[in-house]
Order: sequence, then C-alpha cells, then structure tokens
Amino acid sequence: MITLEGIDAHYKDLQALWGVSLEVGEGELVALVGPNGAGKTTTLRVISGLLKPTSGSVFLDGRSLAKEPAHRIVELGISQVLEGGRIFTGLTVLENLELGAFGAKARKVKDQSLKWVYGIFPRLEERQKQRAGTLSGGERQMLAIGRALMSKPRLLLLDEPSFGLAPLLVEQIFQMITEINKQGVTVLLVEQNVRAALELTGRAYVIENGRIVGEGSGEALLSFESVRRAYLGCA
Amino acid sequence: MLTAQNLVYGILVGGLYGLAAVGLSLVFGVTKFLNVAHGELLMLGGYAGLWFFSKGVDPFLSLPAVAVCLVLFGLFLYWLLFYRMVKLTESDKIKNTLLVGFGVSLILQNLARLFFTADDRGITTSYAGQALFTILGVRFPIVRVASFAIALICLVALHLFLRRTYLGKAIRATVQDWEAATVMGINIQRVYLLAFVIGAGLAGVAGALVAVGWSIQPTMGLDWTLIALVVMVLGGLGSILGTFVGGLVLGVTQSLTNIWPGGEYREIVALLLFLVVLVLRPQGLFGSKEG
Repeated sequence: MITLEGIDAHYKDLQALWGVSLEVGEGELVALVGPNGAGKTTTLRVISGLLKPTSGSVFLDGRSLAKEPAHRIVELGISQVLEGGRIFTGLTVLENLELGAFGAKARKVKDQSLKWVYGIFPRLEERQKQRAGTLSGGERQMLAIGRALMSKPRLLLLDEPSFGLAPLLVEQIFQMITEINKQGVTVLLVEQNVRAALELTGRAYVIENGRIVGEGSGEALLSFESVRRAYLGCA
Repeated sequence: MLTAQNLVYGILVGGLYGLAAVGLSLVFGVTKFLNVAHGELLMLGGYAGLWFFSKGVDPFLSLPAVAVCLVLFGLFLYWLLFYRMVKLTESDKIKNTLLVGFGVSLILQNLARLFFTADDRGITTSYAGQALFTILGVRFPIVRVASFAIALICLVALHLFLRRTYLGKAIRATVQDWEAATVMGINIQRVYLLAFVIGAGLAGVAGALVAVGWSIQPTMGLDWTLIALVVMVLGGLGSILGTFVGGLVLGVTQSLTNIWPGGEYREIVALLLFLVVLVLRPQGLFGSKEG
C-alpha cells in the first residue's frame, strides 16, 4: 500500500535519512524500531508530507505523493499521530475529535466515525465535554489516536504511542492498536520500546543513523544479534 | 459630573479600542505576523466610510460594504507581501513583518495624503451631536453609543465564530499547534489568509466608526496601531473578552488622564499602563499561558 524508495531527507544542511526504502502492505501492522535520533520520526514525517524528501519517492498504491501537501495527504487516507500526541489542550475532547474529521469526505461521516472511536476508547466519550488539557497521560494518547482515526485513515502512522506511559497503560494502548489494526486499518508504528513493539507486530524494520539496517518478522528480529545487544540489553 | 462624563466617554471609546485591537490580536495569534500597518487599515476603513457617505449612504449602513472593501484589500496585501513570510521561523516572522508593515504603513499614509489631503475629516450625519439619553447630566451621544454597540456585536460574533464553527475551531487549533493542525488535514495557509482578512475587515469597521464618532486623517494609523498593541497586551493574546476589557481599561484610563494630569499626558499614561502590565502580568489581564 505504501512504499518508500531511496528516501534522502534533510533538516536544513543536516541529512537525517539515507536511502530509506520500506514497504507496508494493506492490513499489515509494521513496526519501525531503532534508537533515539535514528530517523524514525523523520521517516513518518516524510510519509505524512510534513517533510519533503530531497530525493527518493513515497508511493501510495503506486501513486507518488511528491506533489501533495501534508493536508492533502490526510484526505488521501494517511493519518499521523505526532510524537507526544500533540492534542489541542485548549479545546475540548469533542472539538479535538471533530477536527480529526476536518477533510470534506471525513466530515460527511463524522458522527459515524465518532461512534466508532468511542467504541474503541469509551473513556473519551465520558470525557467529551472536558478540556483536553485536563486529561491524564494515557487519555491524551487515546485522544491523539482517536483524533487521527476520525479522518477514516487507511494507513495510521503512530509515533511513540507508549512514550511516557506507565507499563500497564502501554499494554492497554498496544492492545487498542492491535484492535484498530484488526478492524482493517494498516498501521506503521514507530517505537523505542523495541521488545514490546516487536512482540506486537507481524513485521518490523530496524533503523540506525538514518539507514534501514534490518527487516524481518518480529520474532526473527527479536533473535537478531545486533537488535538483542543494542536494544534488549542481552548478549 | 465632569468625571462621570469622562468615564462614559472613556468606556464608549474603549469598545472601539477593543475592536481595533482584536483584528491585530487575531492575526498575530494565528500567523505570528505583527502587522504594524494595522492602523493604516483602520485609516482606509475610515476613508471608505467617508466615500460611501459622500454617495449618500448612512455610515452605519455602509459598514458591511466597508468591511468587504477591507477584506479585499487584506487579500491583496497578503497575496502581495505577507504570504511570502509564512515559512519563516517565528522570530524571523515577527522581525520581517515588522519591516514590511512599517513599509506598507508609510506607503499607505502618503497615498492617503495624496488622494484625501492631510486635513482632518469626519462623517457628520444629521443625527450627529444628539444624545441618545442623558442621565443626571451625563450625555450618551447616539453616534458613540451605536459605535460601542457595533464594536461589541463584532466581538461577540467573532467569539461565536471561533467557538462554534468548524473553521473557527480550525483557527484555534492552528494557533495552538500548526503542525498538529496540518496532520488533521487543515490547510494552514488558508487559515492564515482567513485570519488576516478577518483582521483587515474588523480594522475597516473600526476605522469607519472612528470617522463617524471622532475624526480621521492620513497619519492616524500609527496612533491606532499603538493603541491596538497596548490593548492586545493588556487583554492577553487569544482572549476576545480580554481584548474587549483591555480596550475599556485603556479608554477609561485615557479619559481620566484628561482630568488629571491632563490630556497631553494621554500617550504617556497609556504606555505606562502597557509597561506595568508587561512587568506584572505578561500574559495580559485575561490571557492564559496555554493560549
């Protein structure tokens, strides 16, 4: 469904990605793991159009996204949850969700999407009138994911959904991600929590210093020598 | 009685200060453009009102038309100059828009002098000078009361627009986090443009009201930009109620200055107020740090 081919990306003069290629198929749940600063977030930003690559291309169903601005890419079916959730704290929970359905197509089926999201995250319905700034860390992450689902995405990009959450909550969030994936949304998940991510997903890419250095099934990568040494703290 | 009358005049002009400031505040809040030519937009609104009046249109009835004129002019300014600065970092945006704004303000001032002469002008309607009512000898001039009411209506309308409509919510979201707004599918370039032209339209209405209740001249812009800046800081960014109250505070302070220490100290007192608020409560009287 989504294919990256030889992506180079820069922040001003600093090169962040070097020839990154990866592929996520329809219905898959794929993880992109790697250490801090490896280029995980940058890869997601390139897919969602927030950062345009300096060379290489992103294809959605074979169609290049090079000319599409970020706000259009949302309408094409790719929705990103930014690192830290970045919910609109000054707006209510409901307003946040409504904005997730900003695009014309998504807006038409807004009420239906809202029911769907409330079904996955019942807590959000209880809190819908509250200012988003009053939510707890876990609820914020649910809102961020719920908001991204309001655009009825085909592909959901998740940037560190476990960041800063207690282990129990991380497990909950991961369960919900699996649930979302089962309902037909393709997911590309960026995680520093390598073990949990690899256990969760069918397939994963390992990125280091802006380059993809490994790819395989989650289980295979768990036994991948360098992954074990680098991220799991065992030799 | 003199004090009470001053107080009333202060409140009435204060509403207009709020209206003049809310456009600047909206534009700055959304785009981080500090448009110092905002006062010139008021000036143009004043002359637009004057032109409609010369064609026999009542100045209050021509307000929507004036707003449309200024929206179109705002569109032109944005297309010509301001959209080029959208991609800059926040601090570069402020610096560059300051420079561009000063340039625009000089050009508009001089063009206005060329076309309209440097004379003080005002719109004198048949009902000018009449009092709507008089309480204990304190006059409420009909024109100024109407101006106040219209300013209030505009502010309430803007408030409702930002709170209730999809587009308004998109504007508030963009103020908070433009990147998160972008991944919602919001075209923030459009939001910037929208905020800019609404700001221009509101400035136009404020300017036309100044022409009715007070007077206009080509060089009035700087004074009004200053007033708008002071009120924006007083009220706090992002709070329309705050901007309105900020306007009232400034209006009342200035009019009381007329009694003591004297009218010639008005600007000094206003700027002192500005500094005191900046030092003691930098987020403004009503602003929150969260925005």
